Amino acid sequence: MTLALTVGALVAGAAYLLLQRDLLRVVLGAVLLSHAVNLLLFSSGGVLRRDEPLGADLDPATTADPLPQAFVLTAIVIAFAITIYLLVLAVTGRRQDVAGPDDDGREEDA
Amino acid sequence: MNPDVLPLLVAVPLVAAGVALLPVRGGTGARVLLMTLLTANLAAAVALVAATRDGSVLVHQVGGWDAGIAIPLAADALSALVMTVAALLTLACSAFALASGTGRLRLFAPFVLVLTAGVNGALLTADLFNLFVFIEVMLLPSYGLLVLARERRGTEASVRGSRLYVVFNLVVSTVLLAGVALTYGVTGTVNLAALAGAATDDPVVAAAVGMCLVALAMKAAVVPVHGWLARAYPSTSPAVTALFSGLHTKVAIYAIYRVYAVVFEGDQRYLWIGLVVFSATMVVGVLGAAGEQRMRSVLAFHMVSQIGYILLGVALFTPAGLTAGIFYLLHHMVVKASLFLSTGAIETRYGTDVLDDLKPRMRREPVLAAAFGVAALSLAGLPPFSGFVAKLSLVLAALAAGQVAVVVAALAVSLVTLLSMLKLVNAVFAPALVSGAAGPVRADGGTTDGTARDGTAGDDARDGAAGGAAVATRTATARTSEVTWTRRSRAALAAPAVALAAVTVVLGLGAQGLLDLAGVAADGLLDTTTYVTEVTGR
Repeated sequence: MTLALTVGALVAGAAYLLLQRDLLRVVLGAVLLSHAVNLLLFSSGGVLRRDEPLGADLDPATTADPLPQAFVLTAIVIAFAITIYLLVLAVTGRRQDVAGPDDDGREEDA
Repeated sequence: MNPDVLPLLVAVPLVAAGVALLPVRGGTGARVLLMTLLTANLAAAVALVAATRDGSVLVHQVGGWDAGIAIPLAADALSALVMTVAALLTLACSAFALASGTGRLRLFAPFVLVLTAGVNGALLTADLFNLFVFIEVMLLPSYGLLVLARERRGTEASVRGSRLYVVFNLVVSTVLLAGVALTYGVTGTVNLAALAGAATDDPVVAAAVGMCLVALAMKAAVVPVHGWLARAYPSTSPAVTALFSGLHTKVAIYAIYRVYAVVFEGDQRYLWIGLVVFSATMVVGVLGAAGEQRMRSVLAFHMVSQIGYILLGVALFTPAGLTAGIFYLLHHMVVKASLFLSTGAIETRYGTDVLDDLKPRMRREPVLAAAFGVAALSLAGLPPFSGFVAKLSLVLAALAAGQVAVVVAALAVSLVTLLSMLKLVNAVFAPALVSGAAGPVRADGGTTDGTARDGTAGDDARDGAAGGAAVATRTATARTSEVTWTRRSRAALAAPAVALAAVTVVLGLGAQGLLDLAGVAADGLLDTTTYVTEVTGR
């Protein structure tokens, strides 16, 4: 239940931030969203079984599911890389993406 | 063909990308490596088609683990066909990029190689989470390519386009990931073969996998989520636009076909959603194209419209419908890239793709005009080109399924497609036909920087022009130095577009062969038992 509420709160915050004009806030919204989905991935494997999935003769009833953990690890790396790139895009070019006179494709050189 | 070569289709381009990054002076080596590997990739894909054309499925369990534990890579007729066309396009667009200047960027070769690895992986994988990973592998180099519109720096427009593109794709990938998480939560597996038919029995699974399908549909630019494509694609260099047009949305379309066929087993209950949404995509896309003022914006909106056509195949889910849809997908990839390349050649030479600015500058371009005309007529669906076969088979399939409203929409949209293509022909190719020489000189070129240069090379005698049409240097090419268009570089610019236009003629005249192959692929989607048993290893 706690996990579900946390995911819900994170998604709500992410939705709010993603709808802002400022790219920096949008990036923060994307970060929150990826956190929410990572928690969702975690919870998909069940959260009650906590034993480490290492060694021989494990008991499936108490051992944690390693697959969602691998998923989350992959997802974190990907989201992190794209976030960095987005931050670079946020500081290059103009600050705001406002529609200017150059929207017909005749913009000046930046 | 030994299925154990499947991982090489992903691994070899990735390793080669690393090699291409090595600092070698001149950088010719990286370009040679790129073209060699793309050619080898095309040959491998053709070999895959040959191996799967009897309906067999090649499966490799990565790492040699037991089936069910390992990540499976599976190639059947559908993935082999899409991979072949994708490989052909990557080759043609890279050739164009090398001719137009984008390919001179040091990072171009490694990016395209990683992109190839991602596309191949996404087409081969039989695992939902792995599909997400390969789509990301495909997208990351794309972000780089998108912003590289110029020598080592992007333009303001390409940065803006990239912002939109990256934010959009990050959010949609996250939605896809959430769908994968929910699927794993309710079924305990992400292996496509293990999920076979799971969504037909259990609405909860249908909702979870449906979330993946929605995310894939957004990536395929289905209305109402199509605006990003029309805004982002025209903002980069012509070569990169052409490359993306053939790959990104098409991989998403392939995934929709695959997931719906395997996990939903073509469930009839959800098909009406597809019919409504994809018909809307056809109509909205073409109306958007009618209102645009730049060559590439017009073509980008046409892409949206055609994506509606392609996905209708999945929404019909009859043997005829699927065959038509797959044929349409392959034809569309070729034709769209050909259009982007022929207009890209014009844009590279004349420095703008705004229709009103091009009109006074255009001189005779018979070869490009022919290539563009063939591809445009093919896109609108006139015989004898492949578009006619694709549209006719799709319309017949829709009629057989009793979807009259869809047929009416498809035919009406075809007419508007032709109209807006004529707009391009009028602006770009017709003035030169009338005057037969350069238009009046416009030193300002409709731009603000006003640095006009003599864009006509000394060998332009055959154009019958005295030379001197001013061309602004505000081009999307990577060269800021004085450019002289020799006959050879002009030929290199036009060749990829002409080659792809020739392919659409061949596909139109010899449609039966490809229709048979598409039929095999459709059978594999209608009856997924071979796929499932091969992947699960039972």
